[in-house]
Amino acid sequence: MGFDIENYVTDQAKNNVILFYKGNVDSDVINHVLDTVEDKMVEINEQSKLRKKVYNVLVESLQNLYHHVDKVPEGFEDQTSEKFGMLVVQKVDNGYKIITGNFVHADNIEKLEEKIKRINRSSHEEIKELYKFILNHQRISAKGGGGLGLVDIARKTGNKLEYAFKEYNDKYSFFYLNILVDEREQI
Amino acid sequence: MEPIIIEGTPKTPTVKFDATEGVFEIKGRSIPENSVEFYKPLVDWLDSYKETPLTKTVVNIRLEYFNTSSSKCILDVFKKLEAIHKAKNEVEVNWYYEEDDEDMLEAGEDYESIIRVPFKMIEIVE
Repeated sequence: MGFDIENYVTDQAKNNVILFYKGNVDSDVINHVLDTVEDKMVEINEQSKLRKKVYNVLVESLQNLYHHVDKVPEGFEDQTSEKFGMLVVQKVDNGYKIITGNFVHADNIEKLEEKIKRINRSSHEEIKELYKFILNHQRISAKGGGGLGLVDIARKTGNKLEYAFKEYNDKYSFFYLNILVDEREQI
Repeated sequence: MEPIIIEGTPKTPTVKFDATEGVFEIKGRSIPENSVEFYKPLVDWLDSYKETPLTKTVVNIRLEYFNTSSSKCILDVFKKLEAIHKAKNEVEVNWYYEEDDEDMLEAGEDYESIIRVPFKMIEIVE
């Protein structure tokens, strides 16, 4: 199976892709990705406000993969990765694009999509309130996530979460999240 | 009480909790995958401290980054401080943020609105 995200990277290869990763997302991989992207942003003298936003969003995206990915479908080429995910970090005109991809079991799609839709129809002020509500009322789950990652990403970027589910087989879909972190003034 | 002194790492903050001075500090980056593991000893320590706190406790939070998983643990730390404050002891939180970091300022304001302890927002000018 050819993943769209790989095609995307191939298409964009000459177009400022800072990092492409595919495989198991463990703690060491997260460290390595964060260091690589941070060093790159320092090297090109990125302004610190944008740098911090990108770093924050990257932490949440990676830890979302770490805490929440479903196991890979049977027959998928990579059976060794317990937490299989993909990540692209790309420099674009006004900022950075962070794209993640991971398998989601069919049973979990609806809940995830509902969550994203709720965030996307909320105003910036509503997202702030939602963040505070979850912070104050929801316990850390058994998986270790706080349920705040996507809300935080939407809050810090001020942008809608672009996403897609591509069916892999009758049990699994591949979920893409496309996040733009840009320099425009926050509302 | 034995103080807590933890050296910072790229993913966890420097921590200094000193019960004899009543000055507590959390500084640096707090982005571990498992934040509960890191913060539980701090919360437990505060639980003991709140039995016999000093009349004044000062808390300095000077974070460069923290992840959402830490944000819940930091709230747990503040809830202990709130209990100390509620028992008629003085508690002051100094929340530091870098001058261009509105997100960090907003994060401090979130806590200020949830926790009934006086917060001071302090801008770090380079």
